[in-house]
Amino acid sequence: MNSLMIQAGVAVVLLVLGYLFGRLAEKRHFKKLIEREAATQHVPVVATRYPPEDRAYDQQLVSGNVVIASDYFKAFLAGLINIFGGRVTPFESMLDRARRESVLRMKDAAIALGATYVFNIKFETSRIATGKVAAMEVLAYGTAMIPTSEEAVRPEIAHEV
Amino acid sequence: MLVSNLEFLPGRTVERHLGLVQGSSVRSKHVGRDIAASLKNFFGGELRGYTELLSDSREEATERMLKQAESMGANAVLNVRYSTSSIAAGAAEIFVYGTAVELQVE
Repeated sequence: MNSLMIQAGVAVVLLVLGYLFGRLAEKRHFKKLIEREAATQHVPVVATRYPPEDRAYDQQLVSGNVVIASDYFKAFLAGLINIFGGRVTPFESMLDRARRESVLRMKDAAIALGATYVFNIKFETSRIATGKVAAMEVLAYGTAMIPTSEEAVRPEIAHEV
Repeated sequence: MLVSNLEFLPGRTVERHLGLVQGSSVRSKHVGRDIAASLKNFFGGELRGYTELLSDSREEATERMLKQAESMGANAVLNVRYSTSSIAAGAAEIFVYGTAVELQVE
């Protein structure tokens, strides 16, 4: 009886901690994401397979990855939602964070190379799990286009992308 | 060596296709990282140890692919794709593949 109470107590404490810290961390992360996205807006990320031919470019593969774990509260909530089915919003926001973060890391790598576009972006999501730890890895990769000449060869299509 | 996940490059001509090249790397995490990760799991957030581990692993797989391409006499690898799969508890395989080509020298 006593050990059961302790177990329940621990679970409640973890739920509260997960809720408080998890929410705080998520709020902070989203704020940062929005700031960074605004700061890197000048380098568009494009899902097109066909690169621009407006001028001469150097190409280089760039990537960004991140592993994000759910907090205790999210996992619990997801378990509850699972009973009735429907949108698992706690995990949606987690994956949204991971995906946006991976894109930003990829963009940072591209910007460091002096790129003006990232072309043919691909995502890869995989579950990393051992024991109690459940986490997702998101990898974003694409080809950074680094202009070699200032002068546009065909200015009429320079900003069409 | 030029690496890109585009199928062709503007302004460059592919002289010869040399075939598929690939690299893979299977890694597992160590116990210390696991403990840190399981603690982090209560609060959520990024597991930096795993992020690093996977990106190191990916780098190694890419290096292996490039070595293979080099030995074939390629000067570029195009249409590169990554793939990740969890093989056993605690071990992940990173696989990377692409087409080795010989680009015309400008």
